[in-house]
This record gives sequence, structure tokens and C-alpha cells, in this order.
Amino acid sequence: MNVLVCIKRVPMVGGKIAVTADAQSVETRLLGFTVSPHEECAVEEAVRIVELRGGAVSVLTLGPPDAADQLRDAVAVGAGNPILLETDGREWGPIATAGAIVDAVRRHESSGEPYDLILFGNEAADTGDYQVGVRVAHELGRPCVTGIKHLEISDVAVRARREFRGGDELFELNLPAVVTVKEGINLPRYPSLPGRMRAKKAVVEQSTPERHDDPVHLQALRVPVVERQRAEILGTGLEAVPALVALLEQLGVLS
Amino acid sequence: MSEPTNRASAVIVGAGIVGNSLAYHLARLGWRDLVLVDKGPMPNPGGSTGHASNFIFPVDYSKMMTELTEDSSAQYKELDVFTESGGIEVARTEARRQELRRRASAAKAWGVPHELLSPAGVAKLVPYIDVEAILEGLYFPTVGVVDSLRAGTLMREQAQQMGALAVRANTEIVGIDLSPDRRRVKVVRTTGGDIETDVCAICCGVWSPRIARMAGASIPLTPIVHQMISVGPIPLFADTVGEIVYPIVRDMDTNMYERQHGGDMEVGSYAHRPIIVQPEEIPSIEESVLSPTELPFTQDDFDPQLQDALELMPELLGDEKVGIRYAINGLISMTPDGHPVLGETPEVKGLWSVAASWIKEGPGIGRAVAEWMTGSAPEIDIHETDIARFYDHQRTREHVAARAQEGFNKMYGIVHPAEQWESQRPTRLSPVYERERELGAVFFETVGWERPFWYASNESLLERYGDRVMPRSAEWESRWWSPIINAEHLAMRDACGLVDLSAFVVFDIAGPGALPAVQSLTVAQMDVPVGRVVYTPLLDERGGFKSDLTIMRLGAQQFRVVTGGATGMSEKKWFLDHLPEDGSAQLTDLTSAWTTFGLWGPRARDVLQVCTDDDVSNAGFSFGTCRPVELGGIRVLASRISYVGELGWELHVPIEEGARAWETLWQAGHDHGIVAVGIGVYGTTGRLEKGYRAFGNELTGDYNIVEAGMARPSVKKDEFIGKAPYLDQRDREPAALLCTLTVDDHRSASGSLRYMLGGEPVLSLEGEQLVDEKGRPSYVTSAGSGPSVGKHLLLAYLPIAYAKQGSALTVEYLSESYPVTVAVVGSTPLFDPDNERVRS
Repeated sequence: MNVLVCIKRVPMVGGKIAVTADAQSVETRLLGFTVSPHEECAVEEAVRIVELRGGAVSVLTLGPPDAADQLRDAVAVGAGNPILLETDGREWGPIATAGAIVDAVRRHESSGEPYDLILFGNEAADTGDYQVGVRVAHELGRPCVTGIKHLEISDVAVRARREFRGGDELFELNLPAVVTVKEGINLPRYPSLPGRMRAKKAVVEQSTPERHDDPVHLQALRVPVVERQRAEILGTGLEAVPALVALLEQLGVLS
Repeated sequence: MSEPTNRASAVIVGAGIVGNSLAYHLARLGWRDLVLVDKGPMPNPGGSTGHASNFIFPVDYSKMMTELTEDSSAQYKELDVFTESGGIEVARTEARRQELRRRASAAKAWGVPHELLSPAGVAKLVPYIDVEAILEGLYFPTVGVVDSLRAGTLMREQAQQMGALAVRANTEIVGIDLSPDRRRVKVVRTTGGDIETDVCAICCGVWSPRIARMAGASIPLTPIVHQMISVGPIPLFADTVGEIVYPIVRDMDTNMYERQHGGDMEVGSYAHRPIIVQPEEIPSIEESVLSPTELPFTQDDFDPQLQDALELMPELLGDEKVGIRYAINGLISMTPDGHPVLGETPEVKGLWSVAASWIKEGPGIGRAVAEWMTGSAPEIDIHETDIARFYDHQRTREHVAARAQEGFNKMYGIVHPAEQWESQRPTRLSPVYERERELGAVFFETVGWERPFWYASNESLLERYGDRVMPRSAEWESRWWSPIINAEHLAMRDACGLVDLSAFVVFDIAGPGALPAVQSLTVAQMDVPVGRVVYTPLLDERGGFKSDLTIMRLGAQQFRVVTGGATGMSEKKWFLDHLPEDGSAQLTDLTSAWTTFGLWGPRARDVLQVCTDDDVSNAGFSFGTCRPVELGGIRVLASRISYVGELGWELHVPIEEGARAWETLWQAGHDHGIVAVGIGVYGTTGRLEKGYRAFGNELTGDYNIVEAGMARPSVKKDEFIGKAPYLDQRDREPAALLCTLTVDDHRSASGSLRYMLGGEPVLSLEGEQLVDEKGRPSYVTSAGSGPSVGKHLLLAYLPIAYAKQGSALTVEYLSESYPVTVAVVGSTPLFDPDNERVRS
């Protein structure tokens, strides 16, 4: 099985996020980086498939030179063939991103083995467009399902299951196929020390992708004002009753 | 709804191990209406305590750190949060093996159980260590791990149960308001309201400098990264009940440690490049992914350490199923000299710094500072941590960062006791610095001053004195040393030496209230004639040594204090704190106005007489007096005292005339055999032969005047700090006495001659620790050559039963025993016991 996993370098943020002065990106100067939990699971899923059935896992990202760190994280847990489509780090948007990935896939498949399966995380942790996997599948003319929580692979097909309104939907797709997975599909392993050392030595294949046009432009990022929750103690025991009654009247719930 | 307190006896900022411990100990000492504030939630507000590795190795070269750790361990045990695991420091190199022996001797000195083990012995305790990777191990069975979060919580809750403490979590400090004269704390302003208080204790670790700055004070420390990862699940640890069963391993040569934590192995590193984080860059709690002191891991910095860890524990850590489950760049505090920063800030009264503590001394520091805040010297002598010790240049961001960076990779390093800093040099230069460079001075740095320890140009003296210079062959004690020191010593005692003493701290106490002010601090009588020089100890409230210094009475209302550079700033604060409220005595710092040279030796008078027409004969200028003297075309203040035990003077010169004064003396001394003499002589060889004690070595808070052999026949009628305990001490038999010992045989097991450097345990002939009635172990407080008496000299306090002239004992140096003999009990000098030279 030849599996390709696509990941995206995103900042690791806490509860409060700052935006750069030009409002074009998150302020990342003091932040660490990672990939979305969906993508972590996608990498884990790919590694498991190949452990079970043999073959190879390639991992690809579109991003700045430092995105090689995220590729190496994937290598540390068992992926091979790290591929970097190098940009200056600015957001490309889903159309241009998908276009560059399709170009890379076609390039690889023309000179080597086709990818039986291309895995994506359901959405990137920062932009959350939900589109890249679907667009790649469409351009490659391959079947695609999204939001998958369980995969079963055979030689020619993949059965994929996802949750939907309290029930499950079950799909069967012929290979080659594209699947986007959701966190919960598996429990990703942590890298081992030898794994990390292999990752450090791994050679990253680097290229500069062509940027396809995208009619959608980011105007600005805005951090919404968060209402600070406040709690007011009306009183304790019987003392609180008058204030409580007054409040209920104010809310209009007393008949 | 409860109204927030708006008046507190003290506001404690920071609820880490230190803040919680301080709150508890203050409550225990009777403080009420305490308020503890933290911007984070309880029980883990997100400071360094929250992610600490939590293990405690009991031994340190510093007696103070060892005692603080011992006290902290006892407190942790009392709180039932201490798990003994044992710990092993392993050596991968020969240099480290010698270092382990040095540590073993330190452990012996402080009574810490330890055992040197072969690799096989180590493997018996830690089966997953690769015996091929190590040469030896030093095992400490009493090493343990603690739950510092729980300990802090229990201490805080105890204070609350006593009704002494209100806790305000999720509350930020927004300002500290001072009195109109800007000298005292008045109000601490928080996001939860204002609190009126006279006392604010800053216990915020990495945030401490920011909080101090709100009050216009400085706390010299910097946040710095220390990386750690946690790997698991370790199959071998699957059956572990509790937190840890295998000993902790400190892989010193690679600057790493490995400790079991339940089913995981925590691997920490001090090997990476020093990563300083500016206080403004520390994220808030909301901004943090984990906590403000658990920063994103920088993989590249840790990768070389993965290799080192794998080498040491190949099967355990090389298991593909064992994953790196946690990895952080942890934030900790580092200070310029590696010691905590404790005490009332010199800038603002009532503002206390309780910062830069490790988990292993947190509770002990809480207790000591609580005692200090309550008005008494703490039971454990912590003078080395006094925040008042810093000079202005040491408080600068650049200095703090540079020294923290230089010190970081030395955490597990082999650091020679005399090892010199390299960064930020030179900073403070004597007026004769260039002259000294021309003479080939080998400079050591003391509180920023470049001080010549010996002069390469004196190498020619080696031939003159031959073996009397007591040469050393072993590398360790030859490091940062030269036989030229001993040659200078002999030349000074033969003729005359000129010593640069620019590093002194000098300040005047003047005004109508000056005499009572100094009288209330000194042991010695200060109502002496004008022109008298008084050497005197100062005591703390418990009757231990606070300092020792000399004071010249320059006028009816003017007293000039001269003291060593290393302690001068702390002493200055001590005087300032005890000046009368009415302002009738004022302190003026003259350190940068005066320089001092020492001129000593049998020909010193001859040299001085060449330069001056003033009467400097013994009759005309007696010992222990001071007066202005014309030195050629300048006027100097000559003070006839001697820390090297020779005839001569300290000459105080206006700093801008220092070079001329030196040149005048140098020329005058040409025909009298004058020699430039360095601090190697002034600080060690000269005084050891004379039995002159040094503060910090012999004179500490742990010992008293009687034990140090410095009691005078009578005690002055005037009140002074420490008088009552001192009178009591004089009435009792001392538990120990300070003695001078000589080394009888320097030959080691391998046949080389070895020379102790200080800190070694003094043991009975059977190799048993000597401990006096007060529980104090005997150790070498100072060691050095005594070239004039031809012996290597050691000073040590001995329990009264052993403090007899001629007693045969042993000293353990690098884990080998050497026979020593008590040469002197008390302060009688070995050289010139009747002080004929000094008084000639």
C-alpha cells in the first residue's frame, strides 16, 4: 500500500490569541508549532495501515522551511519520504494549497508508484476551511469521504465509517481514494527516542510549488472581544430570597 | 459576600513552594492578617513549582545550601510528601571520578550518607544502566522526590486554619505604592482591590523582577530554560507502586538526569545552549498552552541529549514502544552568582525578595526568611543569599543575563572553588590596573574588581626561594594557583610588599548621633580617641557573627568603616538599617572616592620614611592608630594595621591620586626590596600564619566570638546587637574551639603530594565525623600555604574534647585520609606569636 498523508504546520495556541499588526496572521513569535489533532490521527492511521499491509507512508506539507519540523515529527512515528512544498509561510488558501498538492501528487505518480490512499485531517487547526482534501480528490478524479472515524482497507477498496446524527454512515470506495479523518479514529502513538533520532537524519525532499490563483482573499483577522463572565452572589440562605425574586421578576419568568 | 481585606500585616506575592512556605512559617511565628496573592489558580498557579522535577540531592559544597536542603527535606517528610528513592551521580570520565571523590568528601563533611560504587554496583541498583558507559557512581541513599505542589498546599491550608492567612487566587498585582519619601511600602494594588500594608514579600520566581520594579526596586535574576521530556510507558516500571522505586541517576558529564516518575522516565537536561527568556515574553495563563513556565519544546536543542540518554540506558529508552509523551522548555530562575536572592531590598523598606529558590530548599528558605522578617537572624546562616550583596553593575540586565548564561552549563559541571568568571570582565578597575598589567598581574575578579592574585613578573623570586615556595604537582590544587604567591609572601616577610586593596568598601558614619550608632552595632568599644583604628566583629541578634571590619575614628562625630568588597554592600545596609530615625547620623558611601594600598614588611617603615617627612617611627605612629601623612606631593590617610601580620600601613588615597601614590611608594621601595604582592598572599597565606579569621570562612552566623577565640577580657557597658547572647556565651564552656592544624603527611595512596583547598571534613583517627554538642560537624574553614612556617595550614572548629594542642586527627581530601595535628588552639599565631613584627 502506498499512502500519502498531508499535514499543515499550525501554531500551538492557548486560550488567548494575538494577531499581527497588519491583521494578516496570528502572532507566532512566542509560540510553538504542531499539526491539528485530526492530522496527527491521519499520520497514525497511515502508519498503522502500512504496518498491517506493508508498503510505504509518505508525508507532505505546504509551508515555510520550518514546516520540515512537522514532517520530521511524522517521520518520528513511522512515516517516511518527507516532502516539503516550500512557501514563504504566508497562508495560501484552500484552492492554491490543493492545486499545489495535486501538482506534487501528479509529479510523484508519474515517475513512481501511485498513491493508493491519500489521507488528510478533516480540517486544519487554524484556518478550518474543510476544503483541501475534497478539492484534491476532485481534481485527481478520485472518490472522497470526509469526517471518517474508522477505516478498513482491502487490496482494491476502502470501507470508511463516520458518525452522523446519532448513527453511523458506512461508505465503500474503490482505490485509489482520498479520505479525510477525524480525531478519535485512533490514539496516535508518541515518537520513540530512536524514532526521533531517525527523524533528525531524514532527508526532506524540497521543492518550490507554483501558486494557483485563488479568487478568495483574506482581508483581515480579528480577535473577537470575549465577554468576561461575572458571577454575583445574591446572598446565602433565606437572606437571598428577596433578591432572587426580584431577579426572576426582571427576567419575566414569574406568572 | 466577603469583603476583601484591605489591611494586611504582609502581602505575599506568589503561591509556589516558596510563597506557601513563607505564609506558613510567618503564621507559625505569630503573624496574623497575612494575604497571599497569585495571578493564577490554586493549587497550581503555573509557576516553576508546577512543573519541577521535584527531586532532592542532599549534598552541596556549600554548607548553607546543604543545611537549607536538610531543613526542607525534614519539612517535606513532616508533611508526608517525601519518597526516598536514592540517587546516583555517575562518572563517564576520569575528571569526573576525581570530582565524585570531592563530592564524597563534602558529603562526609556534612554527614550525608554516601557510597562510591563500581559500575557493577551501580547496575545492582539501577539495572537498566549500561555498565560500559560509566566508570563509577556515587550513591546517596537518602535522595528522594517530593510532591511540592501538595506540600505547598498543605502549608498554605495550615496557615489558613490558624486563621492567619487570606488567599486571593486569580488576582494580579497592578502596582506597589510607596510612602511619600519613596522609601517604604504603603499599598499593594491588585485587580481585586487595594491592600494597605508595610510589608510585601515577592515570591514569584521568574516574575519577581517585574513585581519589584513596580516599587522601584530590583531583583537580579533572569528566567532561563531548562529542558525536560517524559518517556513511557516503561515496561520495567509497569509494576511500580507509587511514584518511584529506582534511584535517580544524575549523568553529570552529559549534564543530564533521569528519574522514574510512575510508569515514565523523566529525562532532564542542562546541556543545551543557555536560552534566556525576557520577563516580558513569559506568556500569561490564558496565552499558555500548558502553563506560563512550560514553554514550547525546541526539539533541536535536545537532540544531542537523546543520544547521551540512549548511551546510558539503551534498552530502556531505545525501546520503540516507549514514546516521548511530554516535552517542555521549562522556565526556572537564575541569578548572577547562582545563589538565591533573599532579604529586604536595599531600595525599599518592607519590600522583601524571596526568589530564585529550588524545590530542594524552598521550605527551608520559607522558614529562614520568616525568621528574618520577624526580626532575628535566621537559625540557618544565609548571609550568602542576602539581596543587599549586589552592586549596581550586578543588577543590570546585561550582567545578570551574561552570568546566567555562563553559569547554566556549569550546573552539573566540575567547578573549581577558585574558578573565575569570564563574562563581563573587566568592569571595575583600580587606578593602578595598567601598572599591574605591566607587572604581569594574574587578575581574579571579586565583585567586579580586577584584583591581582599574583604577579608573573615575580617569577624570578622562585629561584631565590627554591622549595620554600611549597610547589604543587597535582593538577587540581595547582589550578588557579601559583607558587609565585608563596614567593611573594616570603619576599614581603623579608623586605616589603605593596598590595592593591582597591576593592574595599568604605563608608563614613557621621553626625551628632554617629558614636551611639556605631556603638550599638560593634562588639568593640568605639568611644576611643580620634585617630584610633578599631578592628571589631559585629554580631547578629542570636550572637553569631554578622561581619568583621575596621573602623577609624576620624573625628568626634566621624567614623570611617573599611570592609571587604564581597560583604561590603550587605554591611552597608546593616548600618543604614540601624541608623537613628532622627537622622542624627548619616552614612556616606566613599567606595568610589578612595583607594587603598597595603605597605607591609620589616622594611615598610624604611620605604615610607623615604616618601614623607612626617614622623612614622614606632613612637610617633603607634600600632592601631591612623592619621594623615604627606606622601611626597599628596596627602594620604595612613592606618597602622595589618591583615598579613607585618609592620606597615593601609594607605587610603583619593582614587584620582592612586596611581601617583603607588608610583611614589614603588620608587621609594626600589632600594628596599619592595615587591608587588597579590591577594593570594593578602587573603590566604599571610593571615593563615597569623591565625587571622575571615568572615564567611571562620566567622559565620553558626559560630560565636568565644568559639572563634576572639573574646576580649571584658565587654563594654554599652548595649549592642548580640550582647545578651554574647554575655551568655562567655559564661559557658564553648562547644567547639577554632584551631590551626598542620598537615603531617601529604602523600596520597598513589604517592603524590596533595594539598587541601578548604571544606574537607576533619575526622578522628578512626575516620569518624567529629560533631560538637550543638550538632556542628568539623570541617576545614580555610586552607593554604604557610610558607614562613613551612607548613600547609588548615583552620577548623573542633569539638572541645579534640581541641587540644598536639591532638592527632585526619582530614579527608578527595576521599583519601591525611594525618593532621592541632598546632594551635585559639588565636595564637603560628608565625611571630608575640606579634613583634606588627608592633615594631
